[in-house]
Amino acid sequence: MNESPILRVEAYSKHFDLHEQGKMIPSSSNVNLNVYSGRLTALIGQTGAGKSTVLKGIYRTYLPSSGRLLYRMENGYEIDLANADEHRILELRRTEISFVTQFLHILPRQSTEDVVAQPLLKKGMDKFQARDIARDMLAALNLPETLWGISPATFSGGEKQRVNLARGLVSRPRLLLLDEPTASLDPKTTERVIKLIENLKHEGIAMLSIFHQPELVERIADDVVELEPPLALEKILEEII
Amino acid sequence: MDKVLEVDRLSKVYGPGCPSCFELTGPEFNTNICPVCGSVVAAHDVSFDLYKGEILGIMGESGSGKSTAVKCLYFDQAPSSGRAVFFDESKQHDLFDLNAAQQRNLANHRFGMVYQNPHLGLNFDISAGGNIAERLLMYGVSNYADIRSRATGLLSRTEVLPERMDELPKNFSGGMQQRVQIAKALATNPPLLFLDEVTTGLDLSVQAAILDLILEIQQERDTAMIVVTHDLGVIRLLAGRTLVMKYGRVIESGLTDQILEDPQHAYTQRLVSSAL
Repeated sequence: MNESPILRVEAYSKHFDLHEQGKMIPSSSNVNLNVYSGRLTALIGQTGAGKSTVLKGIYRTYLPSSGRLLYRMENGYEIDLANADEHRILELRRTEISFVTQFLHILPRQSTEDVVAQPLLKKGMDKFQARDIARDMLAALNLPETLWGISPATFSGGEKQRVNLARGLVSRPRLLLLDEPTASLDPKTTERVIKLIENLKHEGIAMLSIFHQPELVERIADDVVELEPPLALEKILEEII
Repeated sequence: MDKVLEVDRLSKVYGPGCPSCFELTGPEFNTNICPVCGSVVAAHDVSFDLYKGEILGIMGESGSGKSTAVKCLYFDQAPSSGRAVFFDESKQHDLFDLNAAQQRNLANHRFGMVYQNPHLGLNFDISAGGNIAERLLMYGVSNYADIRSRATGLLSRTEVLPERMDELPKNFSGGMQQRVQIAKALATNPPLLFLDEVTTGLDLSVQAAILDLILEIQQERDTAMIVVTHDLGVIRLLAGRTLVMKYGRVIESGLTDQILEDPQHAYTQRLVSSAL
């Protein structure tokens, strides 16, 4: 491969210091991976291996403990997301990096189409155009039109997941972080999502996605990174001794 | 990205003050009262910046100094030390170097303030419309019909029935009083808005509607805002970045989702884990 990666994760580690309990919880340890434009890197490994922690570190919802997260911006400059200025991170979230989490956190009083249109409004698009694009995205994800005007609060897991996906995709990010995008979808909708991911690849979007189903990884991943759960502190000490 | 405000080592001490005030108070000492001279260190070394269209949250419990910081910036109180620069289009104002008239001028024209207690933000002896007119008059709008139509527009924007604009604020519910305060604050279309515990004490449904209104205004006008609150929900909903204060000090600052999901300081961890 000739093209240089859009994101290089080098020796990323994250642990949590829980002051109240006086504990140090390791979550990700020494993770190395690359993500390329127009390709999907799959993040696999058993529960507790720290997969979500990698995504949250890149999005800076978690503060990395060590390592570098080198992101090449649209303008060609490379920055380390681990210690970039907060304003810069907010700007990147608005324009270049999207994160589709497993759970949808929304206001229970906002209609589905407005939830999906929100990232576009934040970019400064006018309301009506944003809603149009949001509706197209919801249609592409096969969410029944009767649901567009109501809040996703009462939706099923699969419906919520589609709203969440639509919201992450609508702003056409350069880098897309996906936490199990097909976890609660039926086979038909899963196929649609796979199709959509293929389209995103053609558009040149770089993706880093957590997956649990090996057959999906086989089908859509261009690169695969497997994580091992970090050793507990006691284990590390044991080994040293 | 345009910077609106830069605050550098803002401090406020009530009392005589002594060399030990800052050394013997703060989170490590579990107090903001100086054991030597008895002064109260309400805020010390508070620094942050704020960009156009950004909402910054200041979170902390009662007495943490969060309101003090904002009151100094709105000139309700004079700081003991520190500097704050307000960037207004092509001009820069060193807030604490201005004279009283210049400060009043900024507060009336370029800043907006919404207090927890509507009695502080509204004149209860004149009508809701009159309160807005007062601010517009200070702003230099003097044509009666102009004032009337702008007040009507502002009240309908904040969802107060314009038919009620001639009533006194005391006839309004708490939520409506806050809406009138917001309308008044917005009258001069200020680039910087301070919101001090604006939803505290209101019914949940009323809180939600006021918070939605604040978000809509931020999106429509690109107003920079500082939101002071003890409520994690308000922070989560409104603020992109957050400062956490305790005993007059900023103990932690960061992106709001990071503060809530990966708090670093023991106090913030306890605060977040005790949320309902």
